[in-house]
Amino acid sequence: MSLELVLVVAAALFSVGLYGALSQQVVVMVMMGLELMLNGVILAVAAMWWYLAPDPSGQVLLLVVIAAMTVEMAMGFAVATVLHRRSGSDMTDMATELDR
Amino acid sequence: MQHADPWTTLGPTLAPLAQMAGAGDGTGLGVLAAVVFWVAAVVSVLAGAAVFHVDSMARATYALALSFVAVGLAVLTLQQGYVGVVIVLMMVMEMAVMAVYMVMFMGMNPALMPMSMVHGKWAALGAAGATFVLLAAGALLVPWPERRSGPPPDLTRALGEALMGSHMLVMVAVSPVMVATIVGGVLLSSHRTRYDRLGDDLDRRPADDPQPGGVGR
Repeated sequence: MSLELVLVVAAALFSVGLYGALSQQVVVMVMMGLELMLNGVILAVAAMWWYLAPDPSGQVLLLVVIAAMTVEMAMGFAVATVLHRRSGSDMTDMATELDR
Repeated sequence: MQHADPWTTLGPTLAPLAQMAGAGDGTGLGVLAAVVFWVAAVVSVLAGAAVFHVDSMARATYALALSFVAVGLAVLTLQQGYVGVVIVLMMVMEMAVMAVYMVMFMGMNPALMPMSMVHGKWAALGAAGATFVLLAAGALLVPWPERRSGPPPDLTRALGEALMGSHMLVMVAVSPVMVATIVGGVLLSSHRTRYDRLGDDLDRRPADDPQPGGVGR
């Protein structure tokens, strides 16, 4: 178990999440992709903290990432609710108001 | 008193296996931690991939919850007890909320309806693959520095003291962001707010005109 291998696992998680965020049509599934990307970031930060400099600063950074994840989920659910109310759908392809 | 490293106490038969798992790398993680970490890592990646492969949103939610629990477990093996437990607890609750959203918005039994709603699948696969290659190459080729110091004896206490002391700015910055999130979430998801009122009377309903007009509402 070394830093390099843990970072490769984190990169795999990030890439799987990126695929989901780019390819999914349903807003909630896009959010799942973003969550997986942040999942990879959490693992990478945790590993770098342990293998490079295990002082409390790294854990504080981890808490910030977790807070960002919470904000993303809360706002994502709110936007999904608005979309569903306005257009009766929760598909990203229907959310084209900003195109005009 | 120094505790013996479990790796060094293993017999010659198990030593290569332990070395393969990565124990005894000088950071104090034992064989058990290394094995648990790798199992959790494999589960997290497979469950993450399953999120976009399974046939229903309910199963996708469970797969994502499993992936998060596995990452929480992996973080726990890296000696970060507080953060690992927070990840597991938070994500299990978040996935419970997400399952409710599935039922609310999909208008069907999400456990029984197969679905695949994707666009630009091959472009997304290409971008994800290229990102993985780039990140993995960076992880493997960068000359990472040596470990600077050992961990403090009580990590959770050190984290709490840092948050309430030298890193107070982080809490000060995160707190208003959380409040803004709450306000934004309520405003976005409210059915009618002060900006959607129909005249002075807050209880007035929209006119039921046979010919809709105005600004389209």
